[in-house]
Amino acid sequence: MKHIRNFCIIAHIDHGKSTLADRLLDFTGSVTERDKKEQLLDNMDLERERGITIKSHAIQMEYTYEGEKYILNLIDTPGHVDFSYEVSRSIAACEGALLVVDAAQSIQAQTISNLYLALENDLEIIPVLNKVDLPSANPEEVTDDIVDLLGCDPEDVIPASAKTGIGIGEILKAIIERIPAPKGNVDEPLQALVFDSVYNPFRGVETYFRVINGQISKGQKIKFVATGKNYYADEVGTLKLTQLPRPTIKAGDVGYLITGIKDAREVKVGDTITDADNPTKNPIEGFEDVKPMVFAGIYPVDTEDFEELRSSMEKLQLNDASLVFTPESSAALGFGFRCGFLGMLHMEIIQERLEREFDMTVITTVPNVSYQAFTKKNPDAPITVNNPSDLPDPSTLDRVEEPYIKATIITKADYVGNVMSLCIEKRGQITNQTYLTTERVELNFDMPLAEIVFDFYDRLKTVSRGYASFDYAPIGMRVSKLVRVDILLNAQPVDALSALIHADNAANIGKKMCEKLKELIPRQQFDIPIQAAIGAKIISRETIKALRKDVTAKCYGGDISRKRKLLEKQKKGKKRMRQVGNVEIPQQAFMAVLKLND
Amino acid sequence: MAGVYIHIPFCKQACHYCDFHFSTSLKKKEEMLLALEKELLMRKEELTGQVVDTIYFGGGTPSVLDTQETDRLIQTVLDHYVVGEDPEITLEANPDDLSSEKLGHFAVSKVNRLSIGVQSFFDEDLRFMNRAHNAEQARATLAMAREQFDNISIDLIYGIPIAEDERWKQNIEIALSYQVPHISSYALTVEPGTALKKFIDKGIVPEVDDEKAEAQFRHLVTTLESAGFLHYELSNFGKPGYFSRNNTAYWQGKTYLGIGPSAHSFNGQQRSWNISNNTLYIKGIQQGRLPAETEILTQRDLYNEYVMTGLRTMWGVSLQRIEQEFGSHFREYLLRQAERHLEDQYLYLDGDTLRVSLKGKFLSDGLAADLFMLPLEKKT
Ligand SMILES: Nc1nc2c(ncn2[C@@H]2O[C@H](COP(=O)(O)OP(=O)(O)OP(=O)(O)O)[C@@H](O)[C@H]2O)c(=O)[nH]1
Ligand code: SF4
Ligand SMILES: [Mg+2]
Repeated sequence: MKHIRNFCIIAHIDHGKSTLADRLLDFTGSVTERDKKEQLLDNMDLERERGITIKSHAIQMEYTYEGEKYILNLIDTPGHVDFSYEVSRSIAACEGALLVVDAAQSIQAQTISNLYLALENDLEIIPVLNKVDLPSANPEEVTDDIVDLLGCDPEDVIPASAKTGIGIGEILKAIIERIPAPKGNVDEPLQALVFDSVYNPFRGVETYFRVINGQISKGQKIKFVATGKNYYADEVGTLKLTQLPRPTIKAGDVGYLITGIKDAREVKVGDTITDADNPTKNPIEGFEDVKPMVFAGIYPVDTEDFEELRSSMEKLQLNDASLVFTPESSAALGFGFRCGFLGMLHMEIIQERLEREFDMTVITTVPNVSYQAFTKKNPDAPITVNNPSDLPDPSTLDRVEEPYIKATIITKADYVGNVMSLCIEKRGQITNQTYLTTERVELNFDMPLAEIVFDFYDRLKTVSRGYASFDYAPIGMRVSKLVRVDILLNAQPVDALSALIHADNAANIGKKMCEKLKELIPRQQFDIPIQAAIGAKIISRETIKALRKDVTAKCYGGDISRKRKLLEKQKKGKKRMRQVGNVEIPQQAFMAVLKLND
Repeated sequence: MAGVYIHIPFCKQACHYCDFHFSTSLKKKEEMLLALEKELLMRKEELTGQVVDTIYFGGGTPSVLDTQETDRLIQTVLDHYVVGEDPEITLEANPDDLSSEKLGHFAVSKVNRLSIGVQSFFDEDLRFMNRAHNAEQARATLAMAREQFDNISIDLIYGIPIAEDERWKQNIEIALSYQVPHISSYALTVEPGTALKKFIDKGIVPEVDDEKAEAQFRHLVTTLESAGFLHYELSNFGKPGYFSRNNTAYWQGKTYLGIGPSAHSFNGQQRSWNISNNTLYIKGIQQGRLPAETEILTQRDLYNEYVMTGLRTMWGVSLQRIEQEFGSHFREYLLRQAERHLEDQYLYLDGDTLRVSLKGKFLSDGLAADLFMLPLEKKT
């Protein structure tokens, strides 16, 4: 155990975690030339295309330092706030963390939130000043920022470039010298932390774990504490670039486990694995059932595809346990599912995976958070409202509560004013303002989560010219004054376009929704009135003028095939539209509320 | 029956709305003519067994050629193709090219039909579109042409942003006063890449207004119909016996051979198009090779094209023909797709023929798209 080091790489989005992992793998000779590629650990298609990490990835390296051979278990983590629970479990599996800070961007919101997570778990922090090769890098200042934040020595900060390889030897040295070897007792009952799971269509769910105490061996009868289920360990092993089966994984080490589980929901990140016959008395703390933060309806574009959508969602859930869904129906859209997501990025990912991996074209409705409604008749019994249409009749309501978050925003001093006005417009209350340096300010707000969902990121980016980073954590439910804004097209209410909105903003948002829909819904053969209403009261209206002409004048030899292709494309586009009454609504229109300020 | 189309890719100046293929330099004219002749020879096998009943000089501006040059090309067709008794031989011509002398030459040449690019009888409109002629030339040419030719078509453009309805009405009246038997009338269309598009995007000229264009179109249809014209295609009006044979071939899916750069050919199953570049075209032909691309149409493509062109013409879409050529499931599919529009009266059934109603006429592209059959895209 003396020769094992477990560490994770944490940072704000895009500060270079995955690239740094590449360099560490190179330097330790863990990958052959042939296997090398950028952000090697980001192995999902979506991760590679978007250049982001969505899941934690673990890999084991061997490294000889001062004549002694060490086992280094590295966990690369996602930077995005939607996946912060997963990051917290990866952190819990380690004794140390490389805190990567971009030398051009300095400390950002997720740098701080991830740092706090690491400190809560008593991790040894190794600050890495990355991207020093960039012409825009500001090594002295950013080092000062890090020193201020951590209270460490400037010498502790390792200047590095994950791109050119500067500082990699230093980092490895620090990992071995500064991060404590794992403690733990091989003779105690098995106690292993599940920090990730991956679905493999051939082998079932692969569970990634860190053994805290005891050991896990092939053939052992084991138990997952939170789910209470027992399995046999069909295979255990080490996570090299490919999996390497081993007879036993002992306390202090990281490995994978295969039990033949076919459903990702049976493996909960944060759960404790123990011996079925000799269970530990101390399950590892910090386990939570991940709760979805954002809900939206997902409907097939073609109503006939409902069953196919169901089976696709079920398959998707097998490898993404954080996706939850229940069937629902909409007057406008027919049968579909109300789905819960970890956040907006997660929602986008699910939508994209449905299209890509299952060839399902879907309509996603306006996302909303989960509200709790209390009726006058029963003022203590909460009714969960995950869909605007579930909101009880306003006259029967005692109150509605909505989830709040604590928002952390780091920005430049110049933009503090802009950021504050935005947050106040978004019903935020400022709770704290700290100058990290003379230039950089940390702001904290208590804000309704719903406001984050409604085009917050983009606007934050705009008002700060890109110089603001944002992170949040839930802080419970608060009473709120909400109304449901309904949209009528051609005088018919379209339930899938309804949204729950704070009463003070309803008129403004209703108006903008009408304007946006006018822009997004293509002109049709007749005038289409668009109205926003609260109850029976119309608060705004617009009209999409009828299309008068769509033909081109000439249609001779060459025009014919060109026009045919054009019209084929047009028809294909229409397939992505949903006919509601006699109006054809394109997919984006259902998300219009999210882009009201574009 | 088959058609031969010959593309003359030269114009004096570029009209602001035009996206046809042409060059404003006449330097390569002789080389081009040689190439056109050679292409006619190279491709004569393609019309084996077919009788040519129309030869059409399109462009560009074919009236930049003189009669000797057009006759050379016509003669090549006559010598190497089977040409019917009384072929229609059309020359597209711009008013500024047609001096009385030149008109006289054409009148005694083999050309027997003129299609004159008048576009408008008002200088404001002509300047707006950057046409090479003025209103006076348009009138004078037309008066002279009337004396020499019986079979004349003129082009008129409506929906010009600066032209009010009154001016459009006068345009039609003037056109009718010359007693031409055929009128092609186009809505000004803003094509990508044209100067007009750029001007509109930059806000230099006002946008084309659909509602105005529609009103002008309706006026055109009613006026010409009451003057005895048949509205045989969306943009084409002819007195009985004066429909353009060349254009009708396109809409009825007949065989045509397209000669010259950018020209398209169709033989019922495959469509090919020559490269849209004068230099590369000439070079290819000189090397004895046709610089063209070909596409083989599937049943579905043919069905889509028939629906698309059928809806634009007075012949409509014959359900019987659909059944015969494509099978009964195409017929059923078509009727299923049409249901909604039949209900809304954009389409109507006239016996076994599907047609566009007057209110649907200007929307026939969208209607056609709705009736299209797309390839199955689902993977399983
Ligand atoms: N110039 C320079 N670019 C770097 C360096 N390290 C990373 N990058 C670039 O920064 C971008 C983000 O790198 P990633 O490694 O994907 O960042 P990440 O922190 O893993 O991102 P997430 O997983 O999405 O949070 C990529 O374009 C890298 O090529 C560096 O040292 N120098
Ligand atoms: S004359 Fe005809 S082909 Fe030439 S630019 Fe004008 S419209 Fe186009
Ligand atoms: Mg990454």
